[in-house]
Amino acid sequence: MIHTRGLTRHFRVKGEVVEAVRGIDIDVEEGELVAFLGPNGAGKSTSLRMLTTLLPPTAGTAIVAGCDIRTDPLGARRRIGYIGQGRGSGDQFRVRDELVFQGRFHGLSRAAARRRADELLATLGLEAVATRVASTLSGGQRRRLDIALGLMHRPELLFLDEPATGLDPHNRANLWEHIRRLREEHGTTIFLTTHYLDEADTMAERVMIIDHGRVIADDTPERLKADLAGDRITVTVGKGEAARAAEIAARIPTAHEITTGRQAPDAAGPAAAAPGRPDEGADTVTFRVKNGPAVLPELVRALDAAELWTVAAEVRRPTLDDVFLALTGRSLRESDQEGA
Amino acid sequence: MTTTTATAVTAPGPLGRAGNFLREVGLVFAREISPELRVPIGLILGMLQPLVFLVLFGPLLGGMPGLGGSHWQWFVPGILVMIGMFGTGAAGYGVLVEAGGGSLERVLVTPLSRAAMLIGRTLKEALTLLVQGALITLLMAPFGLRIHVAGVAAGLALLVVVGVGVGSLSFALALAVKRSPSLFWAVQQFAQFPLLLTSGVLLPVEAGPAWLAAVSRFNPFTYVVDAERALFAGDLAAPAAGYGALAAAAIAAIGLALGIRGMRRATL
Ligand SMILES: Nc1ncnc2c1ncn2[C@@H]1O[C@H](COP(=O)(O)OP(=O)(O)OP(=O)(O)O)[C@@H](O)[C@H]1O
Ligand SMILES: [Mg+2]
Repeated sequence: MIHTRGLTRHFRVKGEVVEAVRGIDIDVEEGELVAFLGPNGAGKSTSLRMLTTLLPPTAGTAIVAGCDIRTDPLGARRRIGYIGQGRGSGDQFRVRDELVFQGRFHGLSRAAARRRADELLATLGLEAVATRVASTLSGGQRRRLDIALGLMHRPELLFLDEPATGLDPHNRANLWEHIRRLREEHGTTIFLTTHYLDEADTMAERVMIIDHGRVIADDTPERLKADLAGDRITVTVGKGEAARAAEIAARIPTAHEITTGRQAPDAAGPAAAAPGRPDEGADTVTFRVKNGPAVLPELVRALDAAELWTVAAEVRRPTLDDVFLALTGRSLRESDQEGA
Repeated sequence: MTTTTATAVTAPGPLGRAGNFLREVGLVFAREISPELRVPIGLILGMLQPLVFLVLFGPLLGGMPGLGGSHWQWFVPGILVMIGMFGTGAAGYGVLVEAGGGSLERVLVTPLSRAAMLIGRTLKEALTLLVQGALITLLMAPFGLRIHVAGVAAGLALLVVVGVGVGSLSFALALAVKRSPSLFWAVQQFAQFPLLLTSGVLLPVEAGPAWLAAVSRFNPFTYVVDAERALFAGDLAAPAAGYGALAAAAIAAIGLALGIRGMRRATL
């Protein structure tokens, strides 16, 4: 459905070259749901603009829905839907009119466009505002209108640039429900960008992480997390015993990034102190490991055997942010803020 | 493509490619005109400036020599061209707003022909100008503007041709300035005022120094203004009308060529 090789886009801003997208290779097959994840300015929108024929690439090739975007942009436009990052509707147009015109721009007959518009107004909860002009809509209503506009012609390949931005949790869930149904009922291929970590994690079957214009990882969220980040185990042991506990942890084959820390008295509540001992604080050992839940009992037994008291133990499954951190040394959350 | 989701892939209709193109122009035009039909704000705004000139400047021409019989007969046809230059010339701003918001981008990803996007918008501007011109003409009739029906009709038709050109040029400019409204207005004003002042809309250029009259001969709008005056005087066979038609056609041809080129190359 999407095949790119060395797709590149540079911008010239005040005599300086901005390398927005630096030679990305993408292969998305029919029916896939792929999330493009990356911080602000990573090159997500620029990539999408090239794939949707809005922006000619500086270098590289892209075949989208079977059409070369350089030689047959019209063919690609017929087959794709695009929901951009901005507002797709014009301020002074009525909601339903915009939908009907969009359908007719895609070659639907007037009757078919009206039927489809009413269908989408209903599914996206916009019936009540159908005759209002777009500028009077709330941000979330407007976003839903954008989404309806992109779906009017039932494209076989749908691009969405930050679709959930501005939606409340209820409408976000609705949107995802709708996207899931599109795939199940019509086999629509979906390529979306997001910087919501949880969204990419739970919804996408495949995540491509992009940073500074390059794809730095591409896999299922589960495998990315398992391979690149791993689970994080934190054990709390008695005061002064961190070093020995760390030694024991280091014997676990996949353990890495072992660090030790100290908890002040009371910091972790009553559990931090062993029964019958004064609360004098505790030490912690934190490390990453594969398959944490299976490793933890083993570790506790080993600590026991070494006569070390385990006060508390915790396994945290990784998030995609941990993956990004492992890959770039930066947190996606921090990157977002500095970019925004 | 084994799925049947793409119901919208357009097959050339019974009318073929040309028919489809006209259909697309019609759609773009219909979309653009729909808000104006509800609240004709563009129509009204475009008429404010010429009305100011008619009310506050027109009377000053009362005793001027060289204007023929009634000074309105001389001034009103020029004012119509001025609406075209200023009102229609500002049309591109709408495209800038669309580009900034994201709706232009959305439409650019549809299979709609880029030329149809430009022509449909231009026709809406030309129609607006026609209505404005007709309204001003009717409004001025009670003040001594004589209405030669055939002449006025020909004059308004000429105005529409100019409107197509100026509207397209304005869109071309908007697409060229890449989302910078200040650059758009700067270029627009820089072009408009010299064109207006040397076209003889406000005062007869012949009354000025010879160099100014010579400069005005290089301004295509001069010929259009002269033609409008001849046509409004009922003189359909005047040579000036022919030169004006040529100038208007040239403005329209250049405008459309640049506008369509701009729309085809539009990248956002
Ligand atoms: N039209 C343009 N002119 C100049 N530079 C641009 C243009 N569009 C994008 N850029 C630059 O290219 C880089 C990538 O931008 P892009 O919009 O693709 O990022 P993004 O990943 O979509 O970010 P966000 O999460 O903020 O939407 C940025 O540094 C941006 O400033
Ligand atoms: Mg973006």
